[in-house]
Amino acid sequence: MITTRVQPEAFDSGIETAALGAGRHDIGAVVSFTGHVRADAGLVSLSLEHYPGMTERQLAAIAAEAEARWPLLGGTVIHRHGRLLPGDAIVLVAIASAHRGAAFAAAEFLMDWLKTRAPFWKREERADGSTAWVAPRTSDDTAAARWEQT
Amino acid sequence: MQLLYFAWVRERIGTGGETLDPPAGVATVAALLDWLATLSPGHAAALADRGAIRVAVDEVFVGPDAGLGTAREVAIFPPVTGG
Repeated sequence: MITTRVQPEAFDSGIETAALGAGRHDIGAVVSFTGHVRADAGLVSLSLEHYPGMTERQLAAIAAEAEARWPLLGGTVIHRHGRLLPGDAIVLVAIASAHRGAAFAAAEFLMDWLKTRAPFWKREERADGSTAWVAPRTSDDTAAARWEQT
Repeated sequence: MQLLYFAWVRERIGTGGETLDPPAGVATVAALLDWLATLSPGHAAALADRGAIRVAVDEVFVGPDAGLGTAREVAIFPPVTGG
């Protein structure tokens, strides 16, 4: 069962990842991805807005889709909102399975779909005081599209 | 009908949401956007580039041709940029 959380608070990737395998003898692989705020071109902060209600619903739907596609033994998805600073962790996807193949694939799938289907919006604050909403990237759409099933 | 606006759509309209009663002829998402754009210069500016607008009806993504039916909540926002 993959648990999903949307929260302003910081999280500890190490603790979350270790918890997935604790006391379990059936898990052979835990794959985790942590996304951080990168200080591109004078970035001072990144503020994440989201759609309360739909965000939780979309994360649960994406997690259910991953569980339907791969034999998973657990997982944790955390996405933060609010004002974050360079170096802060934004998102965690940690997936447990018996073997690494499913865990790697499911983690990548979850990140790709989360980026294009979860209702979050990033606004950059720059050193000169200006702000700008982050534009969607075509490469994110391309990455998400490769998981489409016909 | 409860309208919700996010990111730069919210900023351009000047509010995060409002409760409105669209005219009887407004039956699709596209028609709703057309009608909303007539309400104020801010609405018009927010909805000018339809290619940059995404819509969710009762928390489910839909396209412009989707019917509004008994929609309770319609959210209007730019393409998402999380992760």
